[in-house]
Amino acid sequence: MAMIKKLVAAALVAAVLGLAAFWLLTIPATVPASALGSHTPDFVNGKEMFYAGGCVSCHAVPKQNDKMRLGGGLAIVSPFGTFYVPNISSDAKDGIGGWSEAQFVTAMTKGVSPSGQHLYPAFPYTSYQHMRFDDLRDLFAFLKTLPKVSGRVRDHDLRFPFNIRRALGLWKLLFLDGRRFVPDPSQSAQWNRGAYLVNGPGHCAECHSPRNILGAVIPNLRFTGGPSPDGQGGVPNITQFKLKAWSAADIAETLGTGMTPDADRVGGSMVEVVRNTSQLTADDRHAMAIYVKSLPAVEGEKPIAKK
Amino acid sequence: MRFAIGLAVAAAVILGATAVIAQQDPIKTRQHLMKENNDNAKVIVQMMRGQGSFDGKKVEAAFAQWSETAKALPGLFPESSKSGEDTRASPKVWLNKKDFDDKAAAFGKAVAENRDKAKASPDGLKAAMSAVGKACDNCHEDYRLSRR
Repeated sequence: MAMIKKLVAAALVAAVLGLAAFWLLTIPATVPASALGSHTPDFVNGKEMFYAGGCVSCHAVPKQNDKMRLGGGLAIVSPFGTFYVPNISSDAKDGIGGWSEAQFVTAMTKGVSPSGQHLYPAFPYTSYQHMRFDDLRDLFAFLKTLPKVSGRVRDHDLRFPFNIRRALGLWKLLFLDGRRFVPDPSQSAQWNRGAYLVNGPGHCAECHSPRNILGAVIPNLRFTGGPSPDGQGGVPNITQFKLKAWSAADIAETLGTGMTPDADRVGGSMVEVVRNTSQLTADDRHAMAIYVKSLPAVEGEKPIAKK
Repeated sequence: MRFAIGLAVAAAVILGATAVIAQQDPIKTRQHLMKENNDNAKVIVQMMRGQGSFDGKKVEAAFAQWSETAKALPGLFPESSKSGEDTRASPKVWLNKKDFDDKAAAFGKAVAENRDKAKASPDGLKAAMSAVGKACDNCHEDYRLSRR
């Protein structure tokens, strides 16, 4: 009897310690306002970041023509359940109009909402975290110039255990490195600009890579292609394994016009990507192309056999 | 005369056979048409890049073929043609067949409206191709699958 009591007590202690550890490990991180310093927003740069980031592709209100109405509502079906894209319009009540700069920077780099909740990485902060604070602040300033759209979007509809937001803290320990972009001094300024745009705002790897069972990009298979986000077809490998015959100029042309070197056109979700990248400066597209052209050839996983 | 009739009969038989193949294998037919679309696009793109002089006749030939493809497309996606032949048609085609047909029609309309402009001058061709390309994209975005 005494033995059982001891065991129960030990189990209780372990449970409490476990919960405490879980709690401590999953505390949402924030970027304090004091980390930001003074800044005068550059709206032109903010717009460039906006198009590099492809915000409209997910956040524009579906089935209407004004892409600048970022009221959200798009349903993204995934193996974890359905995500409903939130309102990031400048509306103070339902969008991000009432957010502080620090709250915006926190969401983009830590994946944490102003109310201190973890955000799901369907929002690609795994890439946005690499962005410079100044670029994020310019982007925020630009977003606030866009129309207000009222209406809060419904909550995500996810399966257990993915619906436990707090557990995302553990996911972040594993998969969110918290690193800002660091230029590689052995490479050209152009290559570094491209690397920044591709890996940071452009978040190209989020679709052009396979993911593990927890939904994180597999690092050594970055850019080797993956299944299509909507489950139909695939997203191509963009390393030199697949793009050997493409010059940097070809890649830049595809980002600018949607046309491939053999006069075909991109399809699927890349059409929407090009609607964004076509708005970037030619210099930025070229920088992205230089970087993509430098990606070492990696074959990647074999796609699942067709039926 | 007899030779001419023989030739006409032979031609009719071949045409008929092609039509039968088209009915039997819509996937192959549509893949062939899309390949032709692309072959013509290559010619036009080379022209636009100045890798060959502007040739209104070639432009006309391309637009004529695209026009034929646009007309044929809605009939080439029967329920029986959802898979096989490594098709890249998205299952969404059959979920939204009406929208798919509308987008094929919009492609046809873009081709028709820009045909004269395209034939007239290099600048006209450039503007025309921008409009036609958008029509390509609007349909491919939803209905053509990419590959890994």
